[in-house]
Amino acid sequence: MRLALVACGLLVALLPWVIPPFVTFQLTYVAAYAIAILGLVILIGYSGQISLGHGAFMAIGGYTAAILLAGAGIGYWVSIPLAALLAGIVGIGLGFVALRLAGVYLALATLALAASVPPLLKRFKALTGGVQGLSLPSPHAPGPLQPFVSSETWFYYLTWALAAVAFALAWFVLRGRVGRSLRALRDSEIAAVAFGVNPVFYKTLAFGWSAAYAGIAGAIIAIVTAYASPDVYSVALSLELLIGVVIGGLHSFLGAILGGIVVEFLPLWAQKINPAVESVVYGVALILVVIFAPGGLAGGLSRLARALRIQATPRSRPASTIEAISEKSA
Amino acid sequence: MQELAQQVVSGLATGSIFASMALALVLIYRSMNVINFAQGEMAMLSTFVAWELNQRGLPIWAAFALTIVIAFVGAVALERIVIRPVEGAAPLTIVIVTLGLFTAFNGIAGWIWGYVLKTFPSPFPTTPVRVGDVAFSLQDIGIIVVSLGTLLAIYLLFQKTKLGLALRASALYPEQSRLAGIRVSWMLALGWGLASVVGAISGFMVAPVVFLEPNMMQGIIVYAFAAAVLGGIESPVGAVVGGLSLGVVLALLGAYVDFIGTDLRLPVAFAIIVIVLMVRPAGLFGRQKAVRV
Repeated sequence: MRLALVACGLLVALLPWVIPPFVTFQLTYVAAYAIAILGLVILIGYSGQISLGHGAFMAIGGYTAAILLAGAGIGYWVSIPLAALLAGIVGIGLGFVALRLAGVYLALATLALAASVPPLLKRFKALTGGVQGLSLPSPHAPGPLQPFVSSETWFYYLTWALAAVAFALAWFVLRGRVGRSLRALRDSEIAAVAFGVNPVFYKTLAFGWSAAYAGIAGAIIAIVTAYASPDVYSVALSLELLIGVVIGGLHSFLGAILGGIVVEFLPLWAQKINPAVESVVYGVALILVVIFAPGGLAGGLSRLARALRIQATPRSRPASTIEAISEKSA
Repeated sequence: MQELAQQVVSGLATGSIFASMALALVLIYRSMNVINFAQGEMAMLSTFVAWELNQRGLPIWAAFALTIVIAFVGAVALERIVIRPVEGAAPLTIVIVTLGLFTAFNGIAGWIWGYVLKTFPSPFPTTPVRVGDVAFSLQDIGIIVVSLGTLLAIYLLFQKTKLGLALRASALYPEQSRLAGIRVSWMLALGWGLASVVGAISGFMVAPVVFLEPNMMQGIIVYAFAAAVLGGIESPVGAVVGGLSLGVVLALLGAYVDFIGTDLRLPVAFAIIVIVLMVRPAGLFGRQKAVRV
């Protein structure tokens, strides 16, 4: 496990030196999507609350970064955390609303939220630049580093580093008390409350946390494209995030990265045939995954790995435990 | 005063479209406790079929009739093939499946017909009629009459026929209905067919107003959510009242409240959904549910 992580880290570190700059740029997007989709893993996978409106939090993050950078000239070191903070606060607010709306109702309300984002952005022109959106200063690496790395490579490293922090934080927080409480609330709220888990605290926490991650992703994408416009944050974006998390795997960190890869590269591949193919493939894949492989790509991979391991060592763990139990009882 | 009356009538016209879509959602919600997020895209696809038939030389009303049959059969087949495997699954699973249908249908329409706006022939004359000082468009009146006629037909089907009784029984008491010899699973498929027909009719009505394209129903389905929630998502009467009142409220807000205008209609729908669900989750006509712990 640790070895695999180190290998992946090395791969991510070395890739920009061998691939063309455009692919580096695309992989920056993958990392940004992976952060947002990790937010949905926390929200849907761990806490059982659905959101079809996380594009709204990406919009908050993107416009916060855009307004701070373009309007106030504040650097991205400050504006990315502020974007996360603002999206997180709004997320906590929506989390309180979500407490009252179970299941299908929450899906419906968050989809309506996603649909409300472009009209709101277009309406408040003074702040958001209306239909034209906002242009940001073109991104570049910090002064002393400029001779060594291109801006694509710099933002690639920055985004993957942020992703690493986001994943590590999620790993440490979810493996302990918080993760246990969230899963308990998801599986049986009544039982969890009886054991002293505070549903208001943990469920709004999950909402705010996942919204903050979406805010970071939105800020990064606005900064690297040097542009924020209402049409970027359409209903389609929110649905893409959901598609990413379902196809990648709802309960898996690896699934968040796989989901990011799917969301970034599937449209590019589909557009070579016809722009509409993307939606058809997404839709059909979503249905097939939900019916036949609820664990998504990550679930499929781990099943494959387990099957290979069992073949390699015929005495697999479940068998030995059964033997151990029967020995004890004998 | 004159302008107010005109706004109210045009609000009732859009509202009756919201009402039909909301009723389609309610029909499926009552039988499966699930929102069909693809309802709007199914209506859009049906409208494209009607357009294609009309382009190939069929008169518009004949195209409507043939499309209604196609929409019904198509939706029943869809329920059998795609929804049946997840029938007893968690609501979120079915929600994700219908979202998959939503995305796929949108893509299919774009693939076959493209994303260029198409004009859809209006089945009604667009000439205004004058009642006193007030000018109403015949199109608005036509939309209201057809939509309310559809809703009435659905009401009669459910309340006055044996089939309607079976549909209601299997929605309320699936176990007992099965014991009484009703094929509950087929009733679900039939519900999908009926909802699809109601949606298709609202597609025919709205297409001449907003132009035909694959994203045509995406705004309308959100208003239909709001209408269904406002009226109470389990109540067919509520869907109709919710839809009509939402149409009128949006028309009046658009005409008289500059801050909202026509730009912020979707956020208003979102606000209505949230406020109703927070204050009175059962809506105007629904019954509050007690949850047994």
